[in-house]
Amino acid sequence: MKERKNNMTDKSLYTKRFDGRKLDELRPISAKIGVVPNADGSALFVQGDTIAIAAVYGPKTLNPKHMQNPEKGVVRVHYNMLSFSVGERIRPGVSRRSQEISKVTEWALSPVVMLEELPGTVIDVHINILQANAGTRCAGINAASMALAHAGVPMKELVSAIAMGKMDKTIVADVDKEEEDYDDGEGATDMPMAYLANSGKISLLQLDGRVQVDKFKEAIEAGREACKKIAELQMKTLKEYK
Amino acid sequence: MGEPVKTIWKVTRKNVAEAMNKSERLDGRKPFEARPIEITFGVSNKAEGSVKVKMGRTEVVCGIKMNTQEPYTDHENEGTLTTSMELLPLSSPNFEYGQPTIEAVEIGRVVDRGVRESRFVDFEKLCIKPGEKVWGINVDMAVLNEDGNLIDAGALAAILALMTARFPEYDEKTGVIKFGEFTDKKLPLKIENMPLTTTCFKIGDKLFIDPTREEEDTTEGRITIEITKPEKEEMITAMQKGGDATFTQEEVMKMVEEAVKNFKKLRTLVDEEVSKFEKSAKKSKK
Amino acid sequence: MTAKEKTEKKQIVAPGEILESGDDFLPGDWTIKEGKDIVAIRLGVMEKNDRLVKVIPLSGVYIPRRGNVVIGEIKDMNYSGWMVDIGGPYGAFLTLKEVPGYVEESEMETVYGIGDLIVTQVFNVKRTAVDLTMKQREGGLGKIRDGLIVKVNPHRVPRIIGKEGSMIKVIKDATKCSITVGQNGLIWIKGDSIEDRIFAKKAIEFIVENTTTDGLTDKVESWLKENEGKKK
Repeated sequence: MKERKNNMTDKSLYTKRFDGRKLDELRPISAKIGVVPNADGSALFVQGDTIAIAAVYGPKTLNPKHMQNPEKGVVRVHYNMLSFSVGERIRPGVSRRSQEISKVTEWALSPVVMLEELPGTVIDVHINILQANAGTRCAGINAASMALAHAGVPMKELVSAIAMGKMDKTIVADVDKEEEDYDDGEGATDMPMAYLANSGKISLLQLDGRVQVDKFKEAIEAGREACKKIAELQMKTLKEYK
Repeated sequence: MGEPVKTIWKVTRKNVAEAMNKSERLDGRKPFEARPIEITFGVSNKAEGSVKVKMGRTEVVCGIKMNTQEPYTDHENEGTLTTSMELLPLSSPNFEYGQPTIEAVEIGRVVDRGVRESRFVDFEKLCIKPGEKVWGINVDMAVLNEDGNLIDAGALAAILALMTARFPEYDEKTGVIKFGEFTDKKLPLKIENMPLTTTCFKIGDKLFIDPTREEEDTTEGRITIEITKPEKEEMITAMQKGGDATFTQEEVMKMVEEAVKNFKKLRTLVDEEVSKFEKSAKKSKK
Repeated sequence: MTAKEKTEKKQIVAPGEILESGDDFLPGDWTIKEGKDIVAIRLGVMEKNDRLVKVIPLSGVYIPRRGNVVIGEIKDMNYSGWMVDIGGPYGAFLTLKEVPGYVEESEMETVYGIGDLIVTQVFNVKRTAVDLTMKQREGGLGKIRDGLIVKVNPHRVPRIIGKEGSMIKVIKDATKCSITVGQNGLIWIKGDSIEDRIFAKKAIEFIVENTTTDGLTDKVESWLKENEGKKK
């Protein structure tokens, strides 16, 4: 049993990561497109032990009419975890958590899609988590970004996401489940973020925990570098399209 | 991407029916020829057991999750079983979000019936403390790509998942389940009672199995038959007629005959795949 | 074409990828200019012609163009015409005026009923709707009564048709089928027997699976010869 220590010095209690990774090291990542033949576009994204699959349908006319945007097409995201993707079973169906993640994912992807030429249409993005080991919304965004490109949706750039974290006083990239549960010193602060690959603008930003302002700055800068690595893989996978 | 995706139109229905009438199919198969089946275990390492079954382009996953709970009052020393099927909107433009549709509910219930009535699961061995605590098995299926014959794919996935599932670490004193830590202990299954499912479909007066989506859209009726062979003789352990067509007695008996034939093939497949799984599980332990 | 030009031509690019930099080039289809860079905004094949850099999409929904011959499904009808689904983001409409002869409102269902498929032509593309016509000088438009329909990614259509129809002709001859390829990715195969139609369908699947291969026409010809005997 770990005890909460009151750490007054600058030295962090978390110096070595549980799985031996360097502070800025991502878990092994891999990706694949075209995994759902029925969809207009689809992709699989694996980040360590977290596996996300995304499928895109559209653009198609959105019904009912009153939900349409007369200026441009819209993106609609549905994020859902499979019941057996986690340790303690999740009852199938929509939860408040999945609704929230669906919405922030939509906000993360919308800035890049160019749907001005497609008013009144909708692009449905379905994200399912097959296996969860933290960073699921980020893996979902990474998969969805590729699925949108695969589906031929016009996009200014790709979106890449990473779950940054602070373990006591240490900023780490790509938090895994064990780290999420870290409880020493200042505990764990979870900071999922998404960057637009080229412009470097942030389209997803959430935080829960406690973090000093300068540490936060360190986190978002490190997050940018981590997302560049994700974008590299996404781009490489898309270019292997046949 | 780029592969021809089939959609049902009147004209396609006519083609499917015309071909079937000549005992032919649009993909060149014979009426009682199933598509190649591909099996992959370990879809989720968080599940007590999980598998992905591909029948042609239909892809169904199944995960087993265990929990402990109070037993039902009239089954005080028996564990519980729930079965569900999620028709994920990801898998087809025809599936939407919302309450489970009757299609999903039916598949869940039909698979459940087969597993239960066949006595494949030894519920009494799931008892921890009679009247107080028992194990619950949750069999959750989900579709990743839809191209017909979901019942058979789901049912096969359920059996394979149950066969390869392992109990999680459980502290009897505290009653805490250590999810993520698995034991070597298999689920209490009576393997001789294993139910294997074949759904037979009908177009006109022709019967066939394992339809693609366009074939299934053209069918008028189906009968799902679950077979088990506890001793020397095959037994029917569950049946479900679906669709508003009617069947003659001869047709029903012919379907049962085909289900029995297919049972043998499926049983061989299950034995092979489970054996492969167990061998590789042993290897990775060393 | 040199080997370098060939590989350059077939280069697949993804959204956000910088294709060229500087003032020597102009942004063409599916690219935008960001500062000095020309950036791809769609997954596809990059093409450079003189100073123009563009991307030819490999995937995505069908975008209707004037003059396209397409195959559509009748979804609904009202007193002025039929609502037709031709794929793509928006619905299409066929007015009574654009059908040859005179059709009474009461006869509409018999002319084209809900669920029927028609070979039709796009004659006007509006912002969120498409107008169709059945009046075409060369004919070839009309209701589909029998045959086999195959649906492919619309971006494969040029490959399936081939240069000046060379590829599709090879298939028509070998399978003895009459084949109408809709620009929206729907293909109508008409043949005497179901076996011939299935054979033609398989040939089209073969092309779709091998679109990025060189010398595809030759490969298709040999595939057709090999499989001729197997079909029945």
